[in-house]
Amino acid sequence: MFEIAGRALESRLILGTGGFRSMDALAAAAAQSGAELATVAMRRVDPSAPGSIVDVLGEAGIDVLPNTAGCFTTREAVTTAKLSREALGTDWVKLEVIGDDRTLLPDPAELLRAAEELVADGFTVLPYTNDDPILARRLEDTGCSAVMPLGSPIGSGMGINNLYNLRLIVEAARVPVILDAGIGTASDAALAMEEGCDAVLLASAISRAADPAAMARAMRKAVEAGHEAREAGRIPRRTYAQPSSPEEGVAELA
Amino acid sequence: MTAVILNGESLELPAPATVDAAVRAAGAPDDGRGVAVAVDGEVVPRGAWTTTEVREGQQVEVLRAVQGGS
Repeated sequence: MFEIAGRALESRLILGTGGFRSMDALAAAAAQSGAELATVAMRRVDPSAPGSIVDVLGEAGIDVLPNTAGCFTTREAVTTAKLSREALGTDWVKLEVIGDDRTLLPDPAELLRAAEELVADGFTVLPYTNDDPILARRLEDTGCSAVMPLGSPIGSGMGINNLYNLRLIVEAARVPVILDAGIGTASDAALAMEEGCDAVLLASAISRAADPAAMARAMRKAVEAGHEAREAGRIPRRTYAQPSSPEEGVAELA
Repeated sequence: MTAVILNGESLELPAPATVDAAVRAAGAPDDGRGVAVAVDGEVVPRGAWTTTEVREGQQVEVLRAVQGGS
């Protein structure tokens, strides 16, 4: 169990809901993931769109975490957060302020400014950030309730590109560190947890897998295994072998 | 009639054009559950939908939650 802003969460896997082929596929994967929180985006009402994501998540007992995906400026992100608070009745927000269409990397200057404004307005802010230890510290100092560094660009499936930076972020953070974006398969999620992240947020790795429900189950196990391995304390890496059978009492048989 | 931009489309609403009327015109559920509105980039709280008038040429965005994220 861990806490974000005083809220206890059993599951260390947070589900992004983008990219699923259907609401049914999403519901099946959500059930297998064990997630208690799932992101949603705010978009124009489309009367022809089938089903309600909020209803699907509600039936699964999963709380919504609105994001500000698609926002490029502080103003857009702050207004989107206020709209999600109004629509969904939550002051939690996954803050995304993107700087570039091709990489979808966060814009650090806009992100920090948006975080300041939203914290001042009473939001519980979970910022999607670059894997930059200094920016992570600045976001934490601003009053963010977690920091969510990327492993690699959204949807890229490249895993964790800068393990060194991630370690520095984890080492310094006094709020939960949630690895957000770039996870490709179970070992990436396990690695994030082994390195001391408090949770992992992912969508594409599940939603675009050949069998999303099966991958959701795999991710659930990977996150649990990685966290348990971290807690158990791994052996140090050595250059040479260390025998595991007794060195005394070996027979002379030459 | 009041000409407004509703979710990016030009539309004429019978005067007086309230935010509530715009929400209905956008095709949102009747109870407006899960929906939020911005007029010219400013959020209009649900409680003010029936009393807030949309003026000629204003941009109304009617949003709801959809699948999204990472």
